[in-house]
Amino acid sequence: MTTRYTKDHEYVRLEDDAGVVGITDYAQSQLGDVVFVELPDVGKSFKQGEQAAVVESVKAASEVYAPVSGEVVAVNGDLEGAPATVNEDAAGKGWFLKIRLANAGELDGLMDEAAYAAFVKSLG
Amino acid sequence: MTDTSNPAVTASQVLRTPLHALHLASGARMAPFAGYDMPIQYAEGILAEHLHTRAAAGLFDVSHMGQGFLIGPDHATTARALEALCPADIVDLAPGRQRYTQFLDETGGILDDLMVTRPADPDEDGALMLVVNAACKEQDFAHVEAHLPLNVRLIRAPHRALLALQGPKAAEALEKHCQGIGSIAFMSAASTLFDGISCHVSRSGYTGEDGFEISVRADKVERVARALLREPEVKLIGLGARDSLRLEAGLCLYGHDIDRTTSPVEAALTWSIQKRRRQEGGFPGADRIQRELADGTARRRVGIVPEGRQPAREGTEITDASGAKIGVVTSGGFGPSLGGPLAMGYVDTAHSALGTPVQLVVRGKALPAKIAAMPFVPHSYFRG
Repeated sequence: MTTRYTKDHEYVRLEDDAGVVGITDYAQSQLGDVVFVELPDVGKSFKQGEQAAVVESVKAASEVYAPVSGEVVAVNGDLEGAPATVNEDAAGKGWFLKIRLANAGELDGLMDEAAYAAFVKSLG
Repeated sequence: MTDTSNPAVTASQVLRTPLHALHLASGARMAPFAGYDMPIQYAEGILAEHLHTRAAAGLFDVSHMGQGFLIGPDHATTARALEALCPADIVDLAPGRQRYTQFLDETGGILDDLMVTRPADPDEDGALMLVVNAACKEQDFAHVEAHLPLNVRLIRAPHRALLALQGPKAAEALEKHCQGIGSIAFMSAASTLFDGISCHVSRSGYTGEDGFEISVRADKVERVARALLREPEVKLIGLGARDSLRLEAGLCLYGHDIDRTTSPVEAALTWSIQKRRRQEGGFPGADRIQRELADGTARRRVGIVPEGRQPAREGTEITDASGAKIGVVTSGGFGPSLGGPLAMGYVDTAHSALGTPVQLVVRGKALPAKIAAMPFVPHSYFRG
C-alpha cells in the first residue's frame, strides 16, 4: 500500500485504482479540535494543488489541497456527524475523499513516509 | 484573534507575562497576541478547556491587559475626570463596585472598552482602578493622561499581573486561599490577601460564568497561580477557549465587534450607559449617542445562529433572503457548550429582530441562519 505526503500535510494512499485523501496526524494535531469539514461533490475534478476541501477547527478554517489531480469518486459522509474523527484517526476513519488519479506520475513528486517524517521533524 | 496585535511589534520585541515560563512548562502552544507571547491552548485543546471552564474552574493569565489607577482628591473629582471620557455613571459607583464602560472618541466611536472599579476601602477614596485591553493600553493611557484635570493623575501599573479564575467552582477554589471572597457579588471588588499575598479581587470576567479577576504584583503572581492550580478543579486555559467562551456569552471583543467605527448604541451596549449620563451627556460623542438613543441606529449588533454545522467566521457577508447585503459577521466560530456554530455581527436594523432569517455567504455558498438572542449560553453570575 503506497502512501504519499504533501508539504501542506495532506496524504494520498493508493487503494485499488483510487487515492484516499486526508490530512496527516501532524496536521490534525496542529489544527486542534475539528468541528466541521466541507467536502466537494462526487464527480468534481481537481488539478494537483487546487483547494479540494476545508477543515474547520474551533479556532479557524484551513484549506485542504488535492495532493494529486483527478476526479472525486467518493467522500467521507461520516465526517458530517462526527468531524472529531479527523482528530481521532486522521490516517484511517478520518479520511476526506477518494480521487481517481488522472496522472499516477504525480505521486513521484510527493514525499514517502520517511521523507515526510523528516519534513515534520524539520518543522520543530 | 491576532488581528488586534500591533503589527509594528516584531519577534524580537515580543513581550512576556510573568507566567511565561509556567505556560511553557505546562505544554502551552504560544502565539503573539497584542504584542505578547501568549498561550493559545494547552495540551488538552480548546474544546476541552472551554468545557472544563463551564463545568469546573479555568485559570487564565491575562497579565497582558493594561492596569492603572486614577488618583484624585476624592471620589467625585476622580469620577468626573473619567466621566469626561466615558458614558458610564462613575460618580454614582458605590465603594467596592465595578462597572463596564468604553472610552469614546469625539464622534462617539469606541476607542476601547474597560472595567472601572472603585475601591471598597474608605482610605482609598478618590482612587479608581482601570483595566483596559492589551492592544490599546498605550493609546488609552496616553489619551487619559492628555485629558485629566491637574488634581487627578494616572498611575500605570505594569508591575501588576492579572489572573482570571472562571467557572462554577471558581468561588470554592478561591475561598480556600482568600477567606470570605465567596460572599462578594458579581461586579464587586475587594482588597484582600491570597495566602498572605495582597491582591485586588473582583467578581467578574469574560466567560459568562461566575468567577474572579485577581490583580497581584507580578513577582507574586506565580505563587498565586501555582496555589490555584494545585486545586483539583482548576486547570490552565488559553486564549483560544477565552475567545469561544466570551463569544458564547455574547461579549464584545475590541477590534472585532467594536471599534472606532461603532458606537455603543449600535453595539447594543446601551445598558452600560446609565440614566443620568443619557440625560446629561457630557462625554465625547454625546450628541450622537443621545440622538441614537432617541431615534435608533441604522445598524445593530446581533447574535446569529447558522442552521447547519458550518461555522461562519469574521468578515462573512450577511444577506437577506433575496441575497442583498445587510451586514457582516464580526466574530464567528464554533460554540463548544452550544454544540454548534454561532456568530455575532452587525445587520441593518430592519433585519435585527430575533428569529429573522438571514443568509451567511461562506466561500460563495449561502448558509441559512437566524438572528438569535445573546448570550448564546446563559450567564451564571453570582448576584449575592
